[in-house]
Order: sequence, then structure tokens, then C-alpha cells
Amino acid sequence: MAFEIVAACVSCTACEMVCPNQAISAGELHFEIDPGLCTECAESYPDPQCASICPIEGAILDELGDPLNPPGSLIGILPQVAA
Amino acid sequence: MKLPVLNDEKTESAGGCSSSGCGSSASAMDHLPDTIRDKVANHPCFSEQAHHYFARMHVAVAPACNIQCNYCNRKYDCSNESRPGVVSEVLSPAQAVKKVKAVAAAIPQMSVLGIAGPGDPLANPQRTFETFRRLSEEAPDIKLCVSTNGLNLPACAEEISKHNIDHVTITINCVDPEIGARIYPWIFWENRRIRGVEAARILIEQQQKGLEMLIERGVLVKVNSVMIPGINDEHLKEVSRIVKEKGAFLHNVMPIIAEAEHGTYFGLTGQREPTAAELEALQDACAGDMNMMRHCRQCRADAVGLLGEDRGEEFTLDKIDAMEVDYEAAMVQRAEVQQQLLAQLNSQRNKLQNQVQEQPIRILPPSRPVKMAVATKGGGIINQHFGHATEFLVYEASQKGVRFIGHRQVDKPYCEGGSSCGDDGETVLQSIVRQLEDCEVLLCSKVGYEPWSALEEAGIQPDGEHAMEPIEEAVQAVYQQMLARGLAEKPADQQQSLSQLQTA
Ligand code: SF4
Ligand code: SF4
Repeated sequence: MAFEIVAACVSCTACEMVCPNQAISAGELHFEIDPGLCTECAESYPDPQCASICPIEGAILDELGDPLNPPGSLIGILPQVAA
Repeated sequence: MKLPVLNDEKTESAGGCSSSGCGSSASAMDHLPDTIRDKVANHPCFSEQAHHYFARMHVAVAPACNIQCNYCNRKYDCSNESRPGVVSEVLSPAQAVKKVKAVAAAIPQMSVLGIAGPGDPLANPQRTFETFRRLSEEAPDIKLCVSTNGLNLPACAEEISKHNIDHVTITINCVDPEIGARIYPWIFWENRRIRGVEAARILIEQQQKGLEMLIERGVLVKVNSVMIPGINDEHLKEVSRIVKEKGAFLHNVMPIIAEAEHGTYFGLTGQREPTAAELEALQDACAGDMNMMRHCRQCRADAVGLLGEDRGEEFTLDKIDAMEVDYEAAMVQRAEVQQQLLAQLNSQRNKLQNQVQEQPIRILPPSRPVKMAVATKGGGIINQHFGHATEFLVYEASQKGVRFIGHRQVDKPYCEGGSSCGDDGETVLQSIVRQLEDCEVLLCSKVGYEPWSALEEAGIQPDGEHAMEPIEEAVQAVYQQMLARGLAEKPADQQQSLSQLQTA
């Protein structure tokens, strides 16, 4: 059970500050989740904290590799329009 | 607690509306205690005169944010507090302290340090307060300020009041959650992402509570609002009334920046930016005759130097690392230089006052206010070539005196533009002329033949005769000349409506 941060991350540090398990830290290119520490917040909160504050669509993926904040879910515009 | 009113007489004569700045002649600052007026008078961000003499800087130590605004794209810095499309180098508190001391030693005029981003400073409380704590100890001669979206303000108000913080800026774009829902798509609150009207309601509640808590604790509060035509433009008048009633000492309205290439919601959905005239009209309605903030340039969060002049390149991290700063010695030198600047500033003020007093009172035909654009490199002097100016200051002269009303940024100075055309076939010169179309005079140190004709054709009289003169004096002199020549008389059909406007 662990989430993953991918290249879309802009290194804003927000998720690092709210993670209850100190599972997140700055990596070389973007922030990273330590899969050994991440519990998907199951025991602490109804919603995973990192995915609830992250401002970037598609930056954090669930264990199946699907974005927790899919395109259009945060800014309200689908990428086709944005392109 | 409301700010104490020291001068009861003035409050009475203003008809009970002194705090909203709607007295016709009393300065909008009159409702503030002397201590606050002194603070403001020499503040590079608030005093148009002082910003020619003193300087401020921002450090980017706060990367995270706890809300989303529709005018912001988190891939860049917050486009409200800084220039969009720009990413600042985020510093650790230790790096920030080192940078501030290096800049303060090199630029003695630097008197204010702000933390404004690139996210929300109070969403990064550890980094923000560590920076403030260390600076209060190690560089006590620097004023500190912080801006915030207000969501985390109630939780931080007590801590803010303990530091030596000069003022806090809260960005308040609405007091109505329905309007807020069109500006803020979500907030992060109590461990959940909250959306829509509910999100806006919580944000507004926290902003207002935070404002009240700071005022109760005697902290100076300025409110910024982003003007979004069709969404909150009319509503901002109510915001203005409420925040001033609660004790904010200044309400500053800024235009929304919404360009598609910044990738913001408003940029991509074609939200219109306000015209200069719309902005000025709203600023007038919100500020009364309080014109101090008009020169705000929405500077970059890590800009260094005199307002508008970005010297950040001289102070990159590796350059700072190589610098040895003896701050004790620097403080002595800074105090000397700042005292000299203050003396200069005061003598300029006295000169202006004396001039006004010396002028004989004559009965003149009803006159109208005239706007003039000025090209300047700073120092309160007309000292820039038209072709080199990247922005023009706009002043309004009327029988009440000269007041600064804003600036007009131009995309490119005329001399760098050549005859290149923009998308719509407009030349650089045409676009500058369009920016200045409501002005009747352009004061600069020099102007070439081609722009001279273009300006004249557009009804803007170029004038290079006042080169190297203080701006206010020159504007006053030109206006007097226009009056004497009958060029500034009020058109008969407008006399009624104009006088109504002025007393309204
Ligand atoms: S899901 Fe929770 S535990 Fe896992 S990284 Fe995100 S905040 Fe930390
Ligand atoms: S909140 Fe999102 S963008 Fe910010 S550091 Fe974490 S993953 Fe990256």
C-alpha cells in the first residue's frame, strides 16, 4: 500500500508538510514517497493527505498507477482546452 | 478594536465617514494615529515619494500553498503577489537570512524585507517564522512584512504579533461565498480538500477573523484585492468598506493578470483584464483620495532593489556565499545613509508645501483635472528618455493639487521596438500611445521626432522642457501654464456632472 509521486510534481513541499508518516522528502528531480512509510493515510484520515493538498493534477498516483487528482479535477479545465 | 482617532475635529467635519476616506479634502490618512502615519510616510511600498528613496526586497522561502486561486498556476510563482510566468529560487531560512544581510549591506536604502511566496507564507509557518525570528535578532534595523491569503491567519496571528512585523498584507477578493466560488476552486482545510461555495465560505471566515485578530493585537494590516471584471469588480467596493471599518489602514486594488500562456484558469477561459481607466475608477471608489499604493508594481517575489528595478542577478546564491558581511558595520553605515535620505525626502516635502502656500489665491474659471504621463528612472525627477521608458507614471493635476494615480507598463521601450508589429499589427509606438491615451501631456528628458508627432497626433503634448526637475513641481507648472492659456477649462456641458463627481 503506497502512493507514488511522478515528474509532474513542482516540488512545492506542501505534501511533505502534511504527511502524517514523514514518508515524503525531496528527491533529486521531484518529491518522493518512501513506500515503506506510506500507509495511504488509512489509519489517520479519511482522505490521503498528500493528494488532498497537492495542486498539480497527475503528480501523485495510487498503487495502480492512476492519478489521484485526474486531469481537470483541480483547475477545472481539461487539458485539450489547455493545449 | 478600532484604531483610535486622534483628531476628533476632523472626524466630525468628515461627516462620520472618515475611515472610508470620503471626506473631500481631508487626507485619507487623517484617521490613522501618528505612529502609523510615520510608519507609512517612509515606507517604499506605501509612499510614492519614499519609494524613490528607499528600497525593499522579498525572499522566496515559502513554496507551499493551501488554496487554489483561478488566477494562479502553481507551476509558477503566485501571480497575485509576483510576476506570473516566473519561478523564484526557493531559499532555506538560513540562505534567506544570508541574502538579506548581503543585500542590506550593499544597498543601504534597503529598508523593508517581505515574505510573499512563491506559495502562501503562512502555509509554511516554520520556514516563514524562522526567517523572521533570525532577522529580528541579527538585522533589527530592517522592517519585516508578510502577505497571506488569510486561510491560516487566525492560527498565526498571535505569533505574528510577537515578531517585529511592520505590517501584514491579506489578499481578500470577496466577502460573498458565491463570488468566492468563482475565484477559488478549492482549499485545504482540516485535513480535507474542500471545494465550491463551502471552501469560499471557510476562506472568507478565516480572512475576516484573522484581520480582526491582527487589529486587536495592534498589527498594521493592508488588504490587497485582485480586480476581476465581471466577477468581483463591483463587489470590491463592499469589501473595501468592510475591511476599512475593521481597521485595515490601506486597501489596494490590483488588476488581474490573465494571459493564456500562463496556463491559469482565468487565462485559459479568456477572462478579461481591466482597462487602466476601469482600474483607476475602482481604485478611486475604494481608496477615496488615499493614493499611496498606486505605484505598486506587483513586483517579483524575490526582486531586489528599488521598486521596479530588479537587481536580483547581483545576489544569486553562489555570489552571496562568496560575500563576507560584517553586519554590525553595515548597520552603522545604513543608519547614516538612511538619515540622509530622510532629510532629502523631508526637504522635498517642505519645498512642495511652501510652494503651495506661496501661490496667491486667484479666482479662475472652473478648471478640469488633467492627466500627465512622466518618464523617470527614479529619484522623483523627470530624467528618462521617452524611448527608454518601460513604464510611465501618471499624475493628475487639478486645482486641488497634484496627485499620483498609477503607472502604465509598456511591453517594450520604444527604442527597442523598431517597427516590429504585434499580433494585431500594432507597432510598439502605437501600443505605447494607446496606453497613454487618456493623458494630455508627456513629460520626459528627451523625445525623438517620430514619437513626438505620433504623440501630438493622439492629443498628447510631448514636453522635454522640464528635464531634471522634480516631478510634482513640473506637473504643477505645466498645469498652471495650461490654465493660463485657457487649455484646462472645464467644458461647459460637463461642469455640472464633473462637480457632482468631485463632491460625491
Ligand atoms: S498517502 Fe498519506 S502516508 Fe502516504 S505519502 Fe501521502 S500523506 Fe504520506
Ligand atoms: S504537493 Fe504535489 S507538487 Fe507539491 S511537492 Fe508534493 S507532489 Fe509535488
